[in-house]
Amino acid sequence: MLTTRIIPCLDVKDGRVVKGVKFQNLRDAGDPATQAQRYEETGADELVILDVSATPEGRSNAAHTVAAVRAVLGIPLTVGGGIRAIADAERLLAAGADKVSVNTAAVHDPELISRLSERFGAQCTVLGLDAARDGKGGWDVVINSGTKRVGRDAIEWAREAVARGAGEILLTSWDQDGTRAGYDTDLLRAVSNAVNVPVIASGGAANAEHLVDAVRAGADAVLAASIFHDGETTPNDVKAVMAAHGLKVRR
Amino acid sequence: MKVAVIRTGTANIASALAGLMRAGAHPELTSDPDVVRRADAAVLPGVGAFGAALSELREHGLDQAVIERANAGRPLLCVCLGLQMLASASEESPGVTGLGVVPGTVTRFRGDVRIPQLGWNRIVPTPGARVLTEGYAYFANSYKLESIPEGWEGASAEHGGSFVAAIERGPVIACQFHPELSGTWGLALLKRWLEVAAC
Repeated sequence: MLTTRIIPCLDVKDGRVVKGVKFQNLRDAGDPATQAQRYEETGADELVILDVSATPEGRSNAAHTVAAVRAVLGIPLTVGGGIRAIADAERLLAAGADKVSVNTAAVHDPELISRLSERFGAQCTVLGLDAARDGKGGWDVVINSGTKRVGRDAIEWAREAVARGAGEILLTSWDQDGTRAGYDTDLLRAVSNAVNVPVIASGGAANAEHLVDAVRAGADAVLAASIFHDGETTPNDVKAVMAAHGLKVRR
Repeated sequence: MKVAVIRTGTANIASALAGLMRAGAHPELTSDPDVVRRADAAVLPGVGAFGAALSELREHGLDQAVIERANAGRPLLCVCLGLQMLASASEESPGVTGLGVVPGTVTRFRGDVRIPQLGWNRIVPTPGARVLTEGYAYFANSYKLESIPEGWEGASAEHGGSFVAAIERGPVIACQFHPELSGTWGLALLKRWLEVAAC
């Protein structure tokens, strides 16, 4: 039986880890390889690197960052941000990523998911699904860091992406992201019931209890950035709480 | 130790190479069957589809080099699809013949479980296993071998029923999981394999 995965996320810009809320007011938070290694040592099950660079120069740095992290990291690495074509994914995989996450580009070009899955396999193809409540009991797909609604139903998009070959969904609630009020458990429940692939909860976690709630709502893995950033709370700390709640974790 | 890593078009080959280097080996990527034959140890990585990966191997004559090493008991590590290719066939690619080093057909996970299996699962080895130990291993697969073949030690895990997590026979090891992504436990396993391979 699989354990619930705890996945710290590093937002990386121009080769450095940055911190901020909704990608605003970013401040420098250190060297990615050093942080990655620290996360593995303190119980992370997997790592996500999101490249938030805005320029082509920044993007080309991402492969160097991935290579530096890979050299020291002995757990799986997913990389997202700016992947628009097979060649972008190929460059990141060659540098040492195990999975690639596609988001905005896949919304504009759903065929991208089919191409990635055919070339690299479903286990390598992650859909980054950003969603926000539509005010009618459902969720819209949003892009551009949650600022733009594209007029698609999030649940229906999750189903289509899986049918096209996505092997995992990284599900971010932009209503919750940065609020520290917990994940959108209704959204998690809806997506995890709609598809058969693993679902990673993202957006809104401030403490271990939030992670427990996400798992109870159907998440197979939980992603968190801010709660781990200052090193005060480690993945092992939240695993202890999760285990106390009867959840299965790797320790 | 020089380790020949067979080029199969695996997407995340960089992870396998980095893992072997952390374990102290000197990996060399190759599509040359003679390099695979001569190497102290060889690794057959693999993700992707059963049929496509096998035709890639056969195109370069690498299938025979792998079969020879496995049957002669020369150091060989097969990872993920690498394990599945040792079987006779797979539900993933009907009609395609596997390497036939072990009998049996690879089947898709069934039941009320997430597919692909992505994550850490506890593996339990058979009593005679030397390289495989109990611990959490990282898996990324939709298909699996159902039972440990006769004459092999191995390990099993649960995902909608029991499946083969790994098999071992002397220095020939095949893991459904990714030792290179299985943290310090996986690193220790790679080191044990390299030690057994050096004997």
